[in-house]
Amino acid sequence: MKKNIAALIAGLLFGLGLAISQMTNPAKVLNFLDITGTWDPTLAFVMGGALLVTLISFRFILKQDRPLFEGQFHLPTRSDIDGRLLGGAALFGIGWGLAGYCPGPGVAALVMGIWQPALFVAGLLVGMWGFRRLPA
Amino acid sequence: MTIVNFTPWAGLIGGLLIGASASLLLWLNGRIAGISGIVAGATVEPGGDRAWRWLFLAGLLGGAALAFWLVPGSQAFQSDMPWPVFLVAGLIVGFGTRLGSGCTSGHGVCGLGRLSPRSLASVATFMATGVLTVFVIRHLLGVGA
Repeated sequence: MKKNIAALIAGLLFGLGLAISQMTNPAKVLNFLDITGTWDPTLAFVMGGALLVTLISFRFILKQDRPLFEGQFHLPTRSDIDGRLLGGAALFGIGWGLAGYCPGPGVAALVMGIWQPALFVAGLLVGMWGFRRLPA
Repeated sequence: MTIVNFTPWAGLIGGLLIGASASLLLWLNGRIAGISGIVAGATVEPGGDRAWRWLFLAGLLGGAALAFWLVPGSQAFQSDMPWPVFLVAGLIVGFGTRLGSGCTSGHGVCGLGRLSPRSLASVATFMATGVLTVFVIRHLLGVGA
């Protein structure tokens, strides 16, 4: 129960952050990526602001033996940089640059009640499902 | 290059909130606030604990709704792309983030936050292909520039 409430509150803060910084507006993201044209540096401040917090807080949090509401930390354990990591990131960047949405803002923008975010999230789910169907 | 619509304060405040969210989720639940992973875990991934993921996503929607209501102008939506592009972009992002184990939040905010070399490689790669894609669309094809 406690961890579900924690997740809800964390989600709330995340949604607030994405919407206040207007990452839910595709033009702000595409203009960030358009460094040779109409550049909008805002996204660097969003990422910078978030990293300002996590770079400090994670050092302290990960020194604990375990999280407060769970038995252990659930962290990625791999450290090798392979083709799947880079190929996946390359594909993700292409999709990101096409519409101006990454998963967080795409999902958050659903509350705008317009078609584009809904189509993006529909595609997102089908793409994730398709990946699951592939033989490992 | 011309700088347009730059909103550093709103960006910084939003970023601090996102950092606070990621810190809270790691501190309390020991989980990485990676949205692509959370969406996949709530839907297409078999097994695992789905409840917290759905609640996180419900919070994400609630938080966005709250911000749109409280902050005038935050609900702006500007795009030159026809709707099928959003569907195709979603497909590519969905597949790519599973193949590459994360997106802007998991690799960006959280992975860089814990100084993961894999995340640094991922962020550098998706930033590069993102910039390249926008360059091709706007400046080579001349769409939406």
